[in-house]
Amino acid sequence: MSNYEIAKREDYSDVTFLLEVRHPMMARAARPGQFVVVMLSEHGERVPLTIADFDRERGTITLVIQAVGKTTRQMQQECRVGASLYSLVGPMGIPTPVSHARKVICVGGGLGVAPVYPQARALKENGACVIGVIGFRSKDLVFWEDRFRAICDELILCSDDGSVGLHGRVTAGIEEALKKHPDVDEVIAIGPPIMMKSCVETTRPHKIKTMVSLNPIMVDGTGMCGGCRVKVGNEVRFACVDGPDFDGHLVDFDDLMVRLRRHGKEERRALERWEKGCRMQQSINAAVAASR
Amino acid sequence: MREQDPVARARNFEEVACGYHPEDALRESERCLLCPDQPCVSGCPVGIDIPGFIRKVNEKDPRGAYDILTATSLLPAICGRVCPQENQCEGRCTVGQTLEPVAIGRLERFVGDTAIREGWANVPYIEPAGFKVGIVGSGPAGMACAADMAKAGCEVTVYEAFHQAGGVLKYGIPDFRLPNPVIDAELANLEKLGVRFECNTLVGRLFTLEQMITEMGFDAVFIGTGAGYPTMLGIPGDSLNGVLSANELLTRCNLMRGRDFPDFDTPQPIGRRVAVVGAGNTAMDAMRVSLRLGAEKVYCIYRRSRQEAPARAEEIHHAGEEGVEFHWLTHPVAILDDGSGGVRGLRCVRMELGEPDDTGRRRPMPVAGSEFDFECDLVVYAIGTNANPIMGQTSGLRLNRRGYIDTDENLATSLAGVFAGGDIVTGAATVIQAMGAGRRAAAGMKAYLGIRDGSRPYHSGGSLFGISAAERNFVRIRA
Repeated sequence: MSNYEIAKREDYSDVTFLLEVRHPMMARAARPGQFVVVMLSEHGERVPLTIADFDRERGTITLVIQAVGKTTRQMQQECRVGASLYSLVGPMGIPTPVSHARKVICVGGGLGVAPVYPQARALKENGACVIGVIGFRSKDLVFWEDRFRAICDELILCSDDGSVGLHGRVTAGIEEALKKHPDVDEVIAIGPPIMMKSCVETTRPHKIKTMVSLNPIMVDGTGMCGGCRVKVGNEVRFACVDGPDFDGHLVDFDDLMVRLRRHGKEERRALERWEKGCRMQQSINAAVAASR
Repeated sequence: MREQDPVARARNFEEVACGYHPEDALRESERCLLCPDQPCVSGCPVGIDIPGFIRKVNEKDPRGAYDILTATSLLPAICGRVCPQENQCEGRCTVGQTLEPVAIGRLERFVGDTAIREGWANVPYIEPAGFKVGIVGSGPAGMACAADMAKAGCEVTVYEAFHQAGGVLKYGIPDFRLPNPVIDAELANLEKLGVRFECNTLVGRLFTLEQMITEMGFDAVFIGTGAGYPTMLGIPGDSLNGVLSANELLTRCNLMRGRDFPDFDTPQPIGRRVAVVGAGNTAMDAMRVSLRLGAEKVYCIYRRSRQEAPARAEEIHHAGEEGVEFHWLTHPVAILDDGSGGVRGLRCVRMELGEPDDTGRRRPMPVAGSEFDFECDLVVYAIGTNANPIMGQTSGLRLNRRGYIDTDENLATSLAGVFAGGDIVTGAATVIQAMGAGRRAAAGMKAYLGIRDGSRPYHSGGSLFGISAAERNFVRIRA
């Protein structure tokens, strides 16, 4: 039943990689801001991933993945072109409404660079002036700079270690952009929770509307389990069906970060067990090769 | 009926009730009086010919019994296990007025299981009607509607968002109550009728309801998505890491096989002491799953008393046998933080029952100054669900003020050709009620499509095309 074939793969660094998965119907339905839930195998877990791009002509959707845990590491190893995913469902979540903002800063941190791209492109197509601020830890992790250059009126590239672009975090990039463009109507920030939190704190004194995209722990992605509940203002909302985009100035990021650590112990255990299995497989392979 | 020993079964996922042997079934069927007024049938939401099938069991003709059951109920092996018989057929049994009622549910299960074991399936001769019917959700409502529409000759496609069909039967009800092979057997029977299942499909988002009718060529659509959105209590500590909904616990454990972590990737760490809030069937399932995952102590926290608990009597009895500690008339007021984002305990207040409320149950009132704390490290909410918002967000369907889909008495929605039934219309209810709704919607759908329904009188009113019934014998109407 798995017919979600991987049509293309690109590796950006030893942890970040891109997959294009064939699903013509989803490519047609997907809108910026939505996500999918992927299962690698029948024994796998359900992993929510933001749709980084979609190609309606070729019938593919693009996912950018960072190999950090057991499942994503396994995906990095097993998702070759021609292979298939066991399950792919979506697009999920409320699409980002097409904003009528005239001047927007699109901020992407690390892996968040990917999901902010379709939003930046949609805004550009809508006639807005788009200022891109993308940040990475260092030069060798940079990806999609070219894609952003093609759609942004201005691009600020930041790196934590100063190996490329502006030396500093994306918040420094936002400050710089705001200095030059005090008339920005909206900021869209996507990335790790700590990065989104600092972006929100950067824009709060300027009273600029800041939208963030949340990616908490989920099971079904259809509003059924409540695992992805987040505190927004005084309300409890489910990121999967009420989001994933929320007004960043209302989001309780500390609560989100605590909840993301919910299964830390089990995640470590799964990863260690998997790595042990990989090492065993490698030594078997080496032994087989040596005996030939 | 034989059951697994409570101490042993509280640690495994094997089915609790072992089912009847043929001799047991025969002995039980002897107890039925075959009384002429058949009160049991009126207690059944789908109106199964109960004395009829019991008579066949008694005649040692399980195949005949299966034929009678499947004429009205589609999934006897499932209903026999999960129906709240004490409030339905068995509750009205004449024998039950003086003795234990006839174990109708267990007999139904016996026949259903025999059919699965023997590989029986009643595939009727189906004449194609030329209509395409789409069904959203593969749970009990969707399965029942799919079966009826397939039998009426429609080309039926069932869409399911999860990677496996079955809905709440798969993700919610645990294996020890309803084993997966039973569900798969019933799904396979639907496939034999020509029903197609499309998993990994989130209707509303992958394509909309309107698209199904305008672009995809469906003549009618049934929505049976279930209620879905779990309720939280809204007390301090709700968002702590040791707090989750029963839906999440059950889905992780049953569908995602969290109980086999790390062989399966989905984790479900269980606490040492688990407090489950609520006393419905879902709550009982959550408690018994917690025990099987390895919890030392499991508490049931319910604000009313045992009499008001909505769970099936058998489930409460089983949970008690397995070692669940019940705290009736107790209500949580806060969840206590352990300082690192987890749960340390639960602060509760004692309740007393006041005047009956609009559900007819006595309203629980907190007793002033009765607050007390007790230790636990996992809190599971099984206090009901709200309407899932996806269909409402993505279509023009009219919803009621609680967010459920608005329907008329035939379960037709505000969109022509679109019907809805089950929890997404009524709010959380039972499997058999959802199946009943699926069948009612199918009847409405057949009328809408103009498919003649053999079970309904064709000429209902006094006149047809303006010709009165009295004159009908003299007039020939060309079809």
